Amino acid sequence: MGDDIFQGYKGHALETLKKYNVRVWGQTEVDTTRGKFYGTVLPRSENDDDKHIVMKIETGYNIGLDVETITGMKETGYKKANYKIPEQEFPYSKDKPNVKLFGTGGTIASRLDYRTGAVIPAFSPGELYGAVPELADVCNLTTEKLFAVFSENMGPEQYKKLAVAIGKEIENGIEGIIIGHGTDTLHHTGAALTFMVQNPPVPIVLVGSQRSSDRPSSDAALNLIHAAKAAGHSDIAEVMVSMFGPTSDEYGLLHKGTRVRKMHSSYRSTFRTIGDTPLAMIDRDNIRHIKKDYNHRRKDHKVKILPYFDDRVTMLYYYPGMKPDTLDSLVDAGYKGIVFVGTGLGHVNKELYPAIERAQKKGVHMYMTLQTIWGYVHMFVYDTGRDMMAKGIIPAGNMLPEVAFIKLGWALGQTDDPEEVKKLMLTPINDEITPREPYNGYLVFQGGIPEVEDFIKRVHK
Amino acid sequence: MNKAKKDFDPKRNYEETRKAIGYVTRKQATQADYDRIGFKSGLEVHQQLKTAEKLFCHCPSGIYHDHDDYDAELIRHMRPTLSELGEYDGTALMEFKTRKEIVYRVKNETTCTYEVDDTPPFPVNKEALEISIVISLLSRLNIVGEVHVTRKQYLDGSIPTGFQRTAIIGVEGDIPLRHKKVRLIQLSLEEDSCREISDVGHTRVFKTDRLGMPLIETVTYPDMVNPEEVKEACDYIRFLNRSTGMVRIGSGAGRQDVNVSCEGGTRVEIKGVSHTRWIPELTHNESFRQYALLRIRSMLNERIPEPKEWEMNYERLDFHNFSFEYAPMKFAANSNYTFMAMNLPQFKGVLSHFTQPCKTFADDFTDRLKVIACIEKPNMTSSEALEAVISDHDMEKIKKLLGAGEDDAQIIFWGPEDDMKTALETIEERARMAFEGVPRETRKSFEDGTTVFERVLPGADRMYPDTDTAPIPLDKHYIEELRNDLPQDVIDRYHQLKKWNVPEDTYTYIFKRNHYPLIEKIINELKFDPIFTGTFFGHRLKYVEGHYTPSAEFDYSLIYDLFKFLKDNKLEKELAAKMLPVIYEHPKMDFDSVLNTINFKRLSRDEIISKIPFLHQKFDSIRHSEKPENETAWIMGQLRRTATGNIPLNELHTLIEEQKS
Repeated sequence: MGDDIFQGYKGHALETLKKYNVRVWGQTEVDTTRGKFYGTVLPRSENDDDKHIVMKIETGYNIGLDVETITGMKETGYKKANYKIPEQEFPYSKDKPNVKLFGTGGTIASRLDYRTGAVIPAFSPGELYGAVPELADVCNLTTEKLFAVFSENMGPEQYKKLAVAIGKEIENGIEGIIIGHGTDTLHHTGAALTFMVQNPPVPIVLVGSQRSSDRPSSDAALNLIHAAKAAGHSDIAEVMVSMFGPTSDEYGLLHKGTRVRKMHSSYRSTFRTIGDTPLAMIDRDNIRHIKKDYNHRRKDHKVKILPYFDDRVTMLYYYPGMKPDTLDSLVDAGYKGIVFVGTGLGHVNKELYPAIERAQKKGVHMYMTLQTIWGYVHMFVYDTGRDMMAKGIIPAGNMLPEVAFIKLGWALGQTDDPEEVKKLMLTPINDEITPREPYNGYLVFQGGIPEVEDFIKRVHK
Repeated sequence: MNKAKKDFDPKRNYEETRKAIGYVTRKQATQADYDRIGFKSGLEVHQQLKTAEKLFCHCPSGIYHDHDDYDAELIRHMRPTLSELGEYDGTALMEFKTRKEIVYRVKNETTCTYEVDDTPPFPVNKEALEISIVISLLSRLNIVGEVHVTRKQYLDGSIPTGFQRTAIIGVEGDIPLRHKKVRLIQLSLEEDSCREISDVGHTRVFKTDRLGMPLIETVTYPDMVNPEEVKEACDYIRFLNRSTGMVRIGSGAGRQDVNVSCEGGTRVEIKGVSHTRWIPELTHNESFRQYALLRIRSMLNERIPEPKEWEMNYERLDFHNFSFEYAPMKFAANSNYTFMAMNLPQFKGVLSHFTQPCKTFADDFTDRLKVIACIEKPNMTSSEALEAVISDHDMEKIKKLLGAGEDDAQIIFWGPEDDMKTALETIEERARMAFEGVPRETRKSFEDGTTVFERVLPGADRMYPDTDTAPIPLDKHYIEELRNDLPQDVIDRYHQLKKWNVPEDTYTYIFKRNHYPLIEKIINELKFDPIFTGTFFGHRLKYVEGHYTPSAEFDYSLIYDLFKFLKDNKLEKELAAKMLPVIYEHPKMDFDSVLNTINFKRLSRDEIISKIPFLHQKFDSIRHSEKPENETAWIMGQLRRTATGNIPLNELHTLIEEQKS
């Protein structure tokens, strides 16, 4: 791969390069029916078509040339780009906490990947220090790349490996842990680690970025600084997610791994604590606690690592008119646990009843969560709810659907006994089910209303 | 020795150095002067396109708000990132040094989550892409096969993403000027930036109404060799853009950056010149500024053969140990600012060296202290200030404190303690650059033709492919279709106007407003006299536009309708000039009512002619003069009002002459 002189080119475009003996990174003169062009041939993204050749012209811009218009090419030189974040040794100081950063593949600091045209992460402490020198003011940082996967490719195997690796670091006396992670499934991992790493003595902070770090306005650097601050200095020894509070570069929020959810596809302030308040606000200098009740940092190196997961668990997002065969086919496929995501207080239609009964007979563990995201499952209010409970569906309180899914997989990884599973599911480890919902746990402001607009104008978004 | 000190007069030095570089005013300057200093200039002409929506989102384009009219604010800090080729850009590093907090004022009506970088781009605006291709074809550029959106880093905050999405549409073209061809490097389609509201200390405030509007940038080679040529090229490009009728006009819709260098100098970019008439003075002064910096370089190189060994030293000053009376220094002391003095060995005569009219080399330091260290002006003075603000006694004390020698110069500066480190670095950096010559920078222009430091000049190192957008192929047939439908070249129109003998002083206005197509239509279809038609637009319409305000939108096609009305009704063309102000003010009024408004009465030709004999007699009885031309003039005066529109005035003139005696 390293010597791929036609990197990314295929079909007609590749033939054209070969015909004229021009390599990727070759400085080239091109004659076309649309006139003459000069530039350096760049690699092409694998998913792009085979009809164009990409060049960087002298002014730094990229252009594509239609191979059909090319009448001649001449390579006059060769200049390969050396894309490297300047590496500097991460400074160590005795008075700063030792923090470990585990990499899973997020884009804390990244560089361009020509294969996909996307960005790939840079990672060593030296690179990170080169990109975010402020980190050295916060902690002594060491890093370990556990895997390099995009967020959507994180799964049970990765959760277990992470849990074990965290356990080792804690035993070795680390004072805080950061996990760099893609944002799409950050909250799934938050839940998984909460269940697999119980009662940790130090903060475990998951962090990512909504804008990749190859952009000047990226949130990556500030998120990382906040995460380092939380991991090294906060008193909260829990699994947390640290991401932007507002979209402004102002402060971050620390969310419990079990109550956090990604709520916008692209906003910086996408992570919100659902049904409760966040743990704390954080900036470069301060950690301001919001929740008074949390697990405090300890000096010991004790932690309970429970790296279990049975992946025969699935979720069923109910929609009006759902046919029983959807459930049947899941059961037939051998799924042992199903988390329903029901409407309103936790409902599905009557048409599903026979399928639910059938699933119950087959010993499938079924739990009910909510599409409304906010609020509790209340299955006593309507007959349908009671019917469903009678058919073996267990209400999961105000547990978020994704969290219930992770927890059921984790529980089934330990036991098959319905009562044991139920006990594990309904006994909160860290507020995945809360006994009460505070009045400010549900705030979705409606734009356009004068007092809301007034508030938005006064505080930074 | 003390006497020698007294003998040095910064003002005299300014005058002498001005003379030494051979500075002449623009009025005095000839091509020989520009050849002597090696004047060279190129352009980057920006033009907003007339589209309903912005370039990468569906917000409306062209709606502007007042500074205080906003719905929300948000804050960003910019951080340099690597370019595609793995380099950091100099400008980016400079902006990072400034530690600016950028505040964006957002109005819902004109800004969505895209502009503030909370949503990836939507597919490019097809209308804008098409206009940019049309203009590229007119500029004889080679159109690319596939458009690649590139991110061009801007860390000054003018774009919340920290980069501008921009794409090359064509490369290598040319435009014809009257006496030469100017080559074009490229044309790009890009998104417009935010408008700055304020920039004080470490806070810069922008509004996002203009952000994301489609804009094209035409870049020329540095082919222009005198200031007038730069203006001519710029006008041509603007007229070419406007000839499509698909671009925005009005304040801020067209802006240009002007690149200037002199022989041995550096390409310096004068940013955001909003009027082409400012170009000559700005480019003239910039070329001489560079020439002055080159003289400073040779002075320093002569005095200091080993620049590497040259070192400056500094000391903190205790305000209370001096008797500073300068108000800004007292204000600084009240604000608990830090005072520092820096010694620049061998810099005597350099700080007060002429650079621009009324400006010296010392101004380069104060400008950079403002921009890089974020210290508001006035932020310094020096041993060579043209107007001394520190007493000789204090100056002597400072020199002693610094251990300064006779041939040294000193800078005294003040500002918040937190900014002092950057301030020191900034001064040292600029001083060292003096050994090199002309720093690569962008400069902000002023109406008086001078400039100040704005930023370090960015290079190709700030480019990065946009990973959020896919390349857009440009189909052969599509391009050919557009090529077949292009408006006529501006240069051909120019030659046609000349052939028609339309006076040249009308051309700028005609091209600026893109009136040519209408003029051509009136001449060809309605058979009006070209000189009359050209001057009607270039003089009369221009005058009316400057002196009247329309009550509704005035559509220029009304002028065609007016000429057609005159022709259809067999009215004489002179009437047009009288009708125009009324039509312009009341675009919805029908032409018959306009005639009533100007008290026009239809009279037959015979009726008017029949009055001539009577007027001849009348003149005889009242005449004060024997000159025969007075008689004709008087009779014309009597008849003009009723005659205008009913009979050609030159014909009437002849008839009066004929009937004389």
